[in-house]
Amino acid sequence: MTTVEERPHTGFGRTLRKEDVRLVRGKGNYVDDVRLPGMLHGALLRSPYAHAKINSIDTSAAEAHPKVLAVITGETLKGLGLAWMPTLSYDVQAVLATDKVRYQGQEVAFVIAEDHYSARDAVELIEVDYEPLPVVADAKKAMDADAPVIRDDKEGQTNNHIFDWESGDQAETDAVFANAEVVVAEDILYPRVHPAPLETCGSVADMDPVTGKLTLYTTSQAPHAHRTVYALVAGLPEHKIRVIAPDIGGGFGNKVGIYPGYVMSIVGSIVTGKPVKWVEDRAEHLMSTAFARDYHMRGEIAATKDGKILGLRVKVLADHGAFNATAQPTKFPAGFFHVFTGSYDLQAAHCTVTGVYTNKAPGGVAYACSFRITEAVYLVERMVDVLAYELKADPAELRMKNLIQPEQFPYTTKTGWEYDSGDYPKALQLAMDMAGYDELRKEQAEKRERGELMGIGVAFFTEAVGAGPRKHMDILGLGMADGAELRIHPTGKAVLRISVKTQGQGHETTFAQIVGNELGLPTADIDVVHGDTDQTPFGLGTYGSRSTPVSGAATALVARKIRDKARIVASAMLEVSPDDLEWEGNRWQVKGDPEQGKTIQEIAMAAHSSLELPEGVEGHLDATTVYNPPNLTYPFGAYICVVDVDKGTGGVKVRRFIAVDDCGVRINPMIVEGQVHGGLADGVGMALMQVIAFDEEGNHLGASFMDYLLPTSLECPSWELGETVTPSPHHPIGAKGVGESATVGSPCAVVNAVLDAIKPYGVRHADMPLTPAAVWGAMNGRPIRTDLAIP
Amino acid sequence: MQVPAPFAYERATSVEHAIALLGELGPEARVVAGGHSLIPMMKLRLARPDALVDINGLGAELAQIRVDGDELVIGSLARHADLLGSAVAGEHFPIFHDAEKVIADPVVRNFGTVGGSLCQADPAEDLAAVFAALDGVATVRGPAGVRQVRVRELHVGPYETVLAPDELMLELRVAIRPGGGSAYEKVERRVGDYPVAAAGAVIWLDGDTVRDVGIGLTAVGAAHFAAPEAEAALRGQPATEESFRAAAQLAAEHCNPSADQRGPVDYKRHLAAELTTRALRRAAARARGQEA
Ligand SMILES: Cc1cc2nc3c(=O)[nH]c(=O)nc-3n(C[C@H](O)[C@H](O)[C@H](O)COP(=O)(O)OP(=O)(O)OC[C@H]3O[C@@H](n4cnc5c(N)ncnc54)[C@H](O)[C@@H]3O)c2cc1C
Repeated sequence: MTTVEERPHTGFGRTLRKEDVRLVRGKGNYVDDVRLPGMLHGALLRSPYAHAKINSIDTSAAEAHPKVLAVITGETLKGLGLAWMPTLSYDVQAVLATDKVRYQGQEVAFVIAEDHYSARDAVELIEVDYEPLPVVADAKKAMDADAPVIRDDKEGQTNNHIFDWESGDQAETDAVFANAEVVVAEDILYPRVHPAPLETCGSVADMDPVTGKLTLYTTSQAPHAHRTVYALVAGLPEHKIRVIAPDIGGGFGNKVGIYPGYVMSIVGSIVTGKPVKWVEDRAEHLMSTAFARDYHMRGEIAATKDGKILGLRVKVLADHGAFNATAQPTKFPAGFFHVFTGSYDLQAAHCTVTGVYTNKAPGGVAYACSFRITEAVYLVERMVDVLAYELKADPAELRMKNLIQPEQFPYTTKTGWEYDSGDYPKALQLAMDMAGYDELRKEQAEKRERGELMGIGVAFFTEAVGAGPRKHMDILGLGMADGAELRIHPTGKAVLRISVKTQGQGHETTFAQIVGNELGLPTADIDVVHGDTDQTPFGLGTYGSRSTPVSGAATALVARKIRDKARIVASAMLEVSPDDLEWEGNRWQVKGDPEQGKTIQEIAMAAHSSLELPEGVEGHLDATTVYNPPNLTYPFGAYICVVDVDKGTGGVKVRRFIAVDDCGVRINPMIVEGQVHGGLADGVGMALMQVIAFDEEGNHLGASFMDYLLPTSLECPSWELGETVTPSPHHPIGAKGVGESATVGSPCAVVNAVLDAIKPYGVRHADMPLTPAAVWGAMNGRPIRTDLAIP
Repeated sequence: MQVPAPFAYERATSVEHAIALLGELGPEARVVAGGHSLIPMMKLRLARPDALVDINGLGAELAQIRVDGDELVIGSLARHADLLGSAVAGEHFPIFHDAEKVIADPVVRNFGTVGGSLCQADPAEDLAAVFAALDGVATVRGPAGVRQVRVRELHVGPYETVLAPDELMLELRVAIRPGGGSAYEKVERRVGDYPVAAAGAVIWLDGDTVRDVGIGLTAVGAAHFAAPEAEAALRGQPATEESFRAAAQLAAEHCNPSADQRGPVDYKRHLAAELTTRALRRAAARARGQEA
């Protein structure tokens, strides 16, 4: 009998996720699982109005509730200088409203009680005298002369304008358009959606009155950034703040910012001297936390008659809600929208973006958007199809003709991005082969003959992730570099400490695999610590698909530092010069004499022993680093979606979805595929069913999962995934991010497919979500404005 | 987490006990069956009963699905999943299985009840249209005894029925007549969604002539979830695509849909016609012994 020795998993490749051992057994530890001795419960009173003056607030009945300890209003906070807090976009946001409420669901008062039920009961006992004001619910009316000024709290603010921003060369672009044979324009709305993680936001604040140390358990994708912001806002010394983000049930950018509820749990703990928990419910979450998109775009595309795309011109009206609280690098008020030239080799491009206030919740950068690349990709991929419609060209062929060619990399776009690497035609060809593109077109033609509606949608995307180079990118002045610390214990087991924070992406596995790949340590022997500011080095957290591009690089580099140090230790052990050693998988061995060598485990023990080390070499085996990315990484992909549309009802069935992704080197292909699956489901959701619409009074029309729909497995086909691998030339392991690729790339593939299906009705464009009613409306020449109440 | 306002809770041990409790606790007390409509409304604090009378222990009395003479009897406490799984219900009225496959999701179907669906009187409830099409009759019991209420007379408006606060719905009865076929058609934005519109039809044929027909509609503002004008027009007509379309058109004209995020009025009216046609077509095919 032969026994196969089971080698422990090491390095890259498919392996089960380490975190799933606890997560699939229900042993995760989420914020709402945190229960501290003596803990109290907070609940927020929120505004029923989208815009109203607060005349008075009567809290006496709530205070008289036998289980209530305190009721805090904006007036209380004003006394403490805490009524307003800074946003991530250099605006301010009310913690609790003092003068006015500016959107439905805005925070007005905070009740602290012995239990959650009592807190909720007491919230209802607060009486607020509101005086309703005219509402701006439609961004297109925000700049009307008679529009009410929402931000009259800001000195000198006389309208609802926030910013104007532009990118590209206007004159050059206008010249290209003036001389182009074909120019097509389209109005395209990317409606307001919400990332809707299953775990809502919440926090438990525990201010120790003796030591003055605040421990905050919170749903944060960026614990270090949050700590610094709290230090700046609340005036608490930063070393006396410990932010712990335990397990997080999905973030998608929704948990990047700081919400009034978090601040109120802190204030509540300071006021009562007890830990205070605040966890919002689903309706609160959908109504008040960071939404995404809400971009009203007018795209224009210029081309030759035979389909060579020459230029793109875009005007955007960006609805930022009542406070400008979008999270993005400071220099980019429209995020990375100016990557809208997409995957094509253009002669010129120009965009302008105007941000406006409306009576809606703040936010804007969320839902796996890579700082608004979702909007950019949607715009360009829709415009290419609009052009194909006009030219009667095949959309795949038209794309193939215009893609940036492999030999053009590194490629500098007309709006200043330097794409690092790619082979776009190869990815598109692979997707077409997997789909059986020509066969599909044949089938479609036959179906059209019979009056049946089938559509094939193509989308190609280029992502720009891994923000970012410090000199260009910061958030509130904090440069976007991330640290890593690696310690090898004497027995060769390792602890990696990183600044990024998983919300389900599998960091505990992927980052262990990076270390394992560099040092030859089994994945199981490496623990990844994250999400606790007292335990990890500084860094800006996980969003914008930045974990692998930034922290992944930091991890590889810190492991290489260890390897270099191990070489010196090994040389002392073997009594040879370090130069005579070569690295072989998991050991340093003597060149030409492989019998002579020391494994990383042996070296670790020696590093902690009494072994004499060369002059100037410290003992132990640990290292730290900070990684400042030289450029972003540019993942890309080609997606093809096949749908069938019911002509009588407008109902859409997604039949197939082919997704070819290139995210450079894949560390754990299973995790990559999981990220892609999730993003594709997001795309189906946005394309077909998701929108946060508002009526004229600013009432939120999507405050539950019966109104704001998440796709289920029944709306999703069995995904057909493919890959090409073009390593990033500047990333230590050639990896690019993948967390948001599919969310960025898929909505347009689905929309293009639906519009392709109803092309016989003369429909060139219709806005998301393409619900049965919207599809039928488009087919019958009565398109629906999806962001408003349906009349 | 959304939590309800305070309320008292009693568990009924028999039908008599439940009715007695409702009498004692007064008009602000409510029956809770599956709780999948009532409890969400309580959590949103849209409903604030003083007390709940839990009838979930009465399954032996109230959850049967059986044939009694020439009637199919469905206990009010039968779960959606029971109805979906019932061979006898499906054999006589495939419309039940058609509808139950598209009502909510498995979790809700495991708990939500047939009686709860009808008593909830949600203007978009699927089973209201199904029972309206079938012209089912509810057996209702109060302190004064038992009475029969046609489902077509049960609902007086959105979230309102003719039941007194201390009346309990016991069961539903549907007459089984030979030569019939039935079907249900629904458009939803996503699985588990309430209908944008839905239509149910049951049809009895004499050869190729419509002997009798029942049409139910939901989510489109059809009075009592029924389409009596369309039914009257179709009786005695040939069972053809043409007459189905004409009847469906009539049904759509008598609807009164309202616009919401599921769609505008014209679309919902269009669906009323389209889905009625489809339901009639399928019901007729089934009456002819063809599975469609
Ligand atoms: C996520 C979700 C999706 C859904 N989707 C759909 C859908 O697609 N289509 C659809 O039609 N429905 C849908 N529903 C509603 C579902 O069908 C109902 O919740 C359910 O069937 C109602 O029954 P219940 O037993 O839960 O009623 P309960 O919530 O217990 O009660 C509802 C009302 O009926 C009263 N009541 C209950 N039983 C009796 C009785 N025997 N006598 C007198 N009064 C009684 C109660 O007092 C209460 O007023 C959905 C619900 C959820 C939560």
